[in-house]
Amino acid sequence: MLELPRVVITGVGLTSPNGDSLAEFRSNLLDGVSGVEPYEIRHVGETLAGVCHFDASRHQKRKEVRRGTRAGSIAIWCARETLTDAGLELSELDRHRIGVFTGITEHGNVETENQIHEVAQYGFDLSFWSHHHNPRTVANNPAGEVTLNLGLHGPAYSLGGACAAGNLGLIHGMQQLQLGLIDVALGGGVSESIHTFGIFASFRAQGALARHEDPTRASRPFDRDRNGIVVSEGGCLFTLERLDDALARGARIYAEVKGYHVNSDGTDFVLPSVEGQAGCIRGALAHSGVAPHEVDIVNTHATSTPSGDIAECGAIRSVFSDCETTYVNNTKGYIGHTMGAAGALELAGNLPSFEDGLVHPTINLDNLDPECELRNLVHGEPTRPRQVTDGEGLHTILNMSFGMLGINSAVVVQSYRN
Amino acid sequence: MTNEEIVIAIKDIITTIAPDEDLSALELDVRLRDQIELDSMDFLDIVMELRKRYSVQVPEEDYMELATLQGCVDYLAPKLAGKQLVTA
Repeated sequence: MLELPRVVITGVGLTSPNGDSLAEFRSNLLDGVSGVEPYEIRHVGETLAGVCHFDASRHQKRKEVRRGTRAGSIAIWCARETLTDAGLELSELDRHRIGVFTGITEHGNVETENQIHEVAQYGFDLSFWSHHHNPRTVANNPAGEVTLNLGLHGPAYSLGGACAAGNLGLIHGMQQLQLGLIDVALGGGVSESIHTFGIFASFRAQGALARHEDPTRASRPFDRDRNGIVVSEGGCLFTLERLDDALARGARIYAEVKGYHVNSDGTDFVLPSVEGQAGCIRGALAHSGVAPHEVDIVNTHATSTPSGDIAECGAIRSVFSDCETTYVNNTKGYIGHTMGAAGALELAGNLPSFEDGLVHPTINLDNLDPECELRNLVHGEPTRPRQVTDGEGLHTILNMSFGMLGINSAVVVQSYRN
Repeated sequence: MTNEEIVIAIKDIITTIAPDEDLSALELDVRLRDQIELDSMDFLDIVMELRKRYSVQVPEEDYMELATLQGCVDYLAPKLAGKQLVTA
């Protein structure tokens, strides 16, 4: 295998339905606080969603917010926050050597729906179709808006990977750093999907849209009574640097990205494949040089759909069945499915485990589906694993994200050790 | 609509398009772009708002007529005659 520079995470900028900073997000994950709330959108009516409440005006003029997209605002928030968190000053950086890589599940549906709704008010007279439509809907919009806001000149674009995309932004940023093409990568994922009625309508048509009288209990991975996905918005961009650069400037290192894998089931538009997912996990472990029993935390992708959760549990069992100290959790119970942001946000939520020694629990798991039975599935309350009480600490996290058309992604990170 | 109302109408549209700008000291005869931050996409927004609010069509060859507030008044007065002021 090629000898490539080591890459580390030195900053986290995020907005999730239950927190706009890593500290707030982590605190709510340990306290079991959900960010899912009642939500209404045209044509669908009353439903549920994970809604972000960050203050866009902190980093954008009102005109920028008006002209741009929600995904752009989320990306700008995350980019500004991650750079601050990393202790990086733009004025001291070469703006040509900063890359922005936003994983997206989809982009452009919100604006297209808005425009069709708008021209419908005018009898479909296309002279009322906005000149903003194209710049808002191009796939590089979220990353591009970041470059406009921060005055960046490096590569900036989106990675379209359905709900596996959050990992892709991180992976691509890492690759660009390893190839020496940039010095700083802002990589992760964003989603504005709650502003398109189509995504709700499609999941509902598929029988995969969550419903529950208590919104905070609607997203319930692995529970016998789960009935679908809670659609959410969110974003997370990591600041990634080559290890040597990070050490040279005395940066705080959250984690080292040890390896990753992306593959395709090649079998179905929407149904997951146990073999595909297990292959992805094995590929990421092999790429990282990590054995299954060395993984301390597996953050599952499980979205609270009946078939998806079962398939993923099958994949996990096939790789980790003999691993006594590998703990499994889930983050979507708190925040719903943040789509293109999910992989990045959920990894971010787990990173503080290296410091606090806790594994945040899966919530809303009242009656475990027997088909989702997993060794060391953490639920209800945070767990302090045996390796922490033994003094060894938590060292390795596997983060999984899967998406439609059978795309699977997995990333392995470790606490930084010399 | 009176000339004064046309100025109010244009300022109201600009407030929608460029909400960060202070329009209190806008001069009638100085190019709008030289007084506040407006680019070509913003001018297209002004044209779109005129279309939506007042059913006024401004063909591309006439865009330059809207360069100043006075230009807007002169160009739009006949088109807005008899129409009611609409504010967002």
